[in-house]
Amino acid sequence: MDVLLQTLVAGLLKGGLYALIGIGMTLIMGVMGIINLAHGQMMMVAMYLTFVLFTFLGLDPYFSLLLTMPALFLLGAAVQRWALNPLLKVESLLPQNQVLMTVGIGMVLTEVMRFIFSSNYQSLKTGYSDATFFLGQISFSVPLTIAFLVACLFTSLMFWFLLKTDLGRSIRAVAQDAEAAQLMGVNAERIRTITMGLGAALVAAAGTLLLPVYYLFPDIGKPFTTKAFIITILGGLGSTVGAILGGVTLGLAEALGSTFLGMQYEDLVGLVIFILVLLFLPGGFKRLTKV
Amino acid sequence: MLRERGWELSLLAVLLVFPLAVQDAYFRHLMILVLLWVTIGTGWNLLAGYTGQVSFGTAAFFGVGAYTAGLLAHHLEISAWWGLLLGGPLAVLVGFPFGWISFPLRGAYFALGSLALGEIMRLLATVWESLTEGMVGILIMQTFVSKVPYYYLALGLALASILVMELVTRSRLGYYFVSIREDQDAAASIGIDTTRYKMVSLSLHAFLTGTAGALYMNYMGFIDPQVVFSLSDISIMAILVVIVGGVGTIMGPVVGAFVMVAVQEIFRSGGFGGLKALTQAVGGGFLPVLTKYITQAHVLAFGVLVVVVIMTLPNGIVGDWSRIKRALRRG
Amino acid sequence: MAILEVKDLTKNFGGLRAVDSVNFAVQPGEIFGLIGPNGSGKTTIFNMISHFYPASSGSIIFNGADITRTKTHQVCALGIGRTFQIVRPLKRMTVLDNVIASAFLRCRTMGEARKAAEETLEFCGLTPYAKHLARGLSIASRKRLEITRAMATRPTLLLLDETAAGLNPGELDEAIALIKQIRESGVTVVIVEHIMRVIMAISDRIHCINHGQTITEGTPREVANHPEVIAAYLGHGGGGQYADH
Repeated sequence: MDVLLQTLVAGLLKGGLYALIGIGMTLIMGVMGIINLAHGQMMMVAMYLTFVLFTFLGLDPYFSLLLTMPALFLLGAAVQRWALNPLLKVESLLPQNQVLMTVGIGMVLTEVMRFIFSSNYQSLKTGYSDATFFLGQISFSVPLTIAFLVACLFTSLMFWFLLKTDLGRSIRAVAQDAEAAQLMGVNAERIRTITMGLGAALVAAAGTLLLPVYYLFPDIGKPFTTKAFIITILGGLGSTVGAILGGVTLGLAEALGSTFLGMQYEDLVGLVIFILVLLFLPGGFKRLTKV
Repeated sequence: MLRERGWELSLLAVLLVFPLAVQDAYFRHLMILVLLWVTIGTGWNLLAGYTGQVSFGTAAFFGVGAYTAGLLAHHLEISAWWGLLLGGPLAVLVGFPFGWISFPLRGAYFALGSLALGEIMRLLATVWESLTEGMVGILIMQTFVSKVPYYYLALGLALASILVMELVTRSRLGYYFVSIREDQDAAASIGIDTTRYKMVSLSLHAFLTGTAGALYMNYMGFIDPQVVFSLSDISIMAILVVIVGGVGTIMGPVVGAFVMVAVQEIFRSGGFGGLKALTQAVGGGFLPVLTKYITQAHVLAFGVLVVVVIMTLPNGIVGDWSRIKRALRRG
Repeated sequence: MAILEVKDLTKNFGGLRAVDSVNFAVQPGEIFGLIGPNGSGKTTIFNMISHFYPASSGSIIFNGADITRTKTHQVCALGIGRTFQIVRPLKRMTVLDNVIASAFLRCRTMGEARKAAEETLEFCGLTPYAKHLARGLSIASRKRLEITRAMATRPTLLLLDETAAGLNPGELDEAIALIKQIRESGVTVVIVEHIMRVIMAISDRIHCINHGQTITEGTPREVANHPEVIAAYLGHGGGGQYADH
């Protein structure tokens, strides 16, 4: 019983971070109509940035959020502005050339990081990396709990932003109907650039929060890209609430899988869920919640 | 016909006599890889370039074909050459449930599903050690010492795949595939069973790729999950071969295969071994460092190439040939 | 017997009832007009007939057989051709190839399909454009290509969705002539149209809907003089100038 409860807690905490990754991806999906297959790689870049800030400047990861998020916002926006937006005007037989482009960008990001940092595993040991506290018999990792809370905070902020601000409304308008939004005076190209930046900033937050309890090497982006699209499919393409549910579900499923089946099955669990969702709930959670 | 097909026929003639003219094992090896990529690229082109279904899961079918051949020899002591017959059908069998699940769905599901399929197959081959030996991989005895028989087999397979392509594009299938690529709803409205024809396209893709995988096993004699189920070296490479050469053109994958194998080798071996020779001749200096960096950079080069080709040559070398000629004349 | 019968056809999109218990029957050989203001549910009815989405309730009977749950491509194979309001040519194929793709539904070989396609192009007056890429056509020719493509599947019933929108007066006359010619070749036509001049000129009977519900059905003259139709199109108290066409 305790093992189960402990597993659920661990899964839930991880799920909070996954939700953050998923929301970034689903925003991009909703507005651009494409999957960003460089999403995890952007997170990897943010993790290296956190790593450098900590190792060379002694900056605490939670403080470096203030730097990594804007930095990745700029990276995401630049990618959209100079690599993806121009493709909308390119006449090509190639279907989904924007998605292919994100694959290329993901590869470039990974290999550039490998050039700078080599393939070696890195980790970042803070005073609180291994700290835990107990509620009854259940242990809570301090950094993961903080990460979970910050993830919840960013998620709520994102909701407030999308629902209450003019920019947020414009983003939702473009997601619903880009042409109509443009006729109403929304600059869709600018909105796409901002959205990609926001998605990158959110996944950067997830990366920075994760680093104190995780390890880092250039190829770490790919599995997180996979997780991100599994979350997005789980939640229903383009649904924000769905992404949160999807993130938590994936976190729980992975935790249960690695506890009861074995560590090596952790990645397989997500992919199996992915197939089950396609089979039995092709619209994802969006179908159930209608949001 | 002869005049129109001039350069294609001369290329064929060169390919037919190549192993007689070139004795060097290394270049023969590269040509075998080129021919395998012609087959794989043609299969991907059929599915993505003609039918509009972009797949990131080519490695799944390649790996299934390779493992079919390998496991027949490894477990049942049946000649791995049977894999050449069975690898294709088995790959089709794997593709079937996948297409059946993802094709009726709209949007990005097929692309994402194919990415997942490749990953699932790789993880399965890694985890299921009693069947696949996991990360250890499968080693079999090659039948021939000489590369020549493999060369002609690869050439035969490449020619067969191009022939399939020629036949398909001139038939009902080709018209239906392109209609689906251009507008799925319009295609359905003129009576095309879109799911069924997408399945046909996927099956052809899987068959060609699986057969190429089986030939690869026979030729190389060794496979492991990292090699044959590789996302960047198989699935992305397949995409690159086609988009560099020209999506939706028959000769595109042929041109793309030459370019991409060359690019891969330039980086992997430091300019076909030229850098190494230069280092030995000059001795020391910055060259070893340069060689080390360049040999590491082949995936980076792939990434940069994806970005550059999509931006500047959206229809590939064959598709944008008239534009390239114009640019060259001006420059 | 009616060639097409629509019974209590209803479509809900979430909470919105786009089509509400619509009934009509189309007789073989007639031109049947379906009119109504923007968003009144005309295209939705077409999309349910060709099964781009399923009906929420009600049934669709074609030649005595229930096709409510028949898939899009099978609906076409049974003999119902359709065009799209927003034209959807296969852009990067030539006009001839567009029509060949359609003709393959009834032809086995490439040679037969090409011959059938050429005949249909001739019938619809698009032969001069056969070698042009579909995306380079003028709007009038694109609309015509839509019809040609549908005709190449050899339908017995043709659903035309706003084929006259965006045409100039000369092109309108040509479109009217083509639709009449199609009817004379033995094909029954259901037409959704906004331009009163066209629909009044060619329809044998007209069915008018608004907000997804039937207002009236009758001859062009009857429908044009119906007060609710006039109200729906012009607002209450509007003049009857449309009725004169």
